[in-house]
Amino acid sequence: MSELSVNHLLGIKYITAADIELIFKTADHFKEVINRPIKKVPSLRDITIANLFFENSTRTKLSFELAEKRLSADVINFSAAASSVKKGETLIDTVNNILSMKVDMVVMRHPNPGAGIFLSKHIKASIVNAGDGAHEHPTQALLDSYSIREKLGDVAGKNVVIVGDILHSRVALSNIYALKLQGANVKVCGPKTLMPKYIESLGVEVELDLRKALEWCDVANMLRVQNERMDISYFPSTREYTQQYGVNKQLLNSLNKEIVIMHPGPINRGVEITSDVADSDQAIILDQVQNGVAVRMAVIYLLASKIKQ
Amino acid sequence: MSQKVLLNATEINIILNRLACQLIENHLDFKETVLIGIQPRGVYLAERIKKLLIEEYAIEEIKLGYLDITFYRDDFRRTEKTLEANKTKIDFVVEKKKVVFIDDVLYTGRSINAALTAVQSFGRPEEVELLCLIDRRFSRHLPIQPDYKGRQVDAINEEKVKVCWKENEGEDTVYLVKS
Repeated sequence: MSELSVNHLLGIKYITAADIELIFKTADHFKEVINRPIKKVPSLRDITIANLFFENSTRTKLSFELAEKRLSADVINFSAAASSVKKGETLIDTVNNILSMKVDMVVMRHPNPGAGIFLSKHIKASIVNAGDGAHEHPTQALLDSYSIREKLGDVAGKNVVIVGDILHSRVALSNIYALKLQGANVKVCGPKTLMPKYIESLGVEVELDLRKALEWCDVANMLRVQNERMDISYFPSTREYTQQYGVNKQLLNSLNKEIVIMHPGPINRGVEITSDVADSDQAIILDQVQNGVAVRMAVIYLLASKIKQ
Repeated sequence: MSQKVLLNATEINIILNRLACQLIENHLDFKETVLIGIQPRGVYLAERIKKLLIEEYAIEEIKLGYLDITFYRDDFRRTEKTLEANKTKIDFVVEKKKVVFIDDVLYTGRSINAALTAVQSFGRPEEVELLCLIDRRFSRHLPIQPDYKGRQVDAINEEKVKVCWKENEGEDTVYLVKS
């Protein structure tokens, strides 16, 4: 197979295992490209991409922009903070105005879950979801799986635990879909208050004891506590959260095997992981960032190839 | 569909030896020369030439890389299918070296045009030459000609030249396929 089954990347829920395999195979080639002296290919020289960020982002926005530029696409950036959204313009109006400037693809981050899906029904351009509220963040899940595959050889059959704020995390949901699709075993671990109801229906197990979860897993994906999405207190204090669900070097050393530590960033050092863990050889956090560019190049390249002239 | 043999194993062997000798004539010990096989099909020919140069003509060291041109092609989004990439492997310096591109069939010249762009991502070569086994003359879309050619073929557009290699298809033969 050499073509994606979808015209948009709205979430991992809507793609297949074969799509993921194709994205990874393509990303392998782009990883080689971005390690050349000249890190740019001309494939997308006649494509214009709009990055619409209705919510703050550093790493994802930079990663997407770099991926687009490495593919020679023309890039325009938009952030809601400095735009007419503040003046009351609707999402469709904002996007249609941008599209009338002949944009072929939209990369969008939005605080509302389903914003990408809504948009895909109303506009013609190809859409890549760069995070929609607490719903999905597909490219993050893809680069996480890609990093696991790179580190451990394969994702199938591996035990992965996602630790932390599962309730507010789009990274967790996309990761669960992606990992299950590739045949990994998934557990989620965190305070009961941050566990969504019916999470087991996704085929994952809930483990409230961090030590047990770490002893079981090959990979631990540590999520950030998303204070900005918390309208009430879900745990008594950050200190108590860290004591129960924070990973430190001492805890890692006491396990009977060496596990891989991942983090989607930004890290709250000293909360979900300590600095000595984040900077250790077991952590592949910076590999995840580098792989992010290659994986996003693959996604954009494959989607763009479906935009016919 | 019918096919006719253009070159058999013996003829291919003679041609490969001639091409190897022509390369030696221009590049002597290959100290300042690198060979680059164009993915996917040029790689088989490049490996053969390398083997010949080392085993039959006692060249001590040959630097051979593979170059994939998929992301440099000029027909992206103009074909029905998504273009699938192959591996690029160039683990030597191209800067100031004499580069010899190796491909099995030279047809429109567009692949070589893309390869000329692609190779610049690895540095600025001193010069670039082109070696091909089959030169389909009169089919060129661009002003690109081979420096070393195995056999010139006059084929019409409906015909296809198929190069088979022992290591891949089980035989060394070149066919002219009529659809």
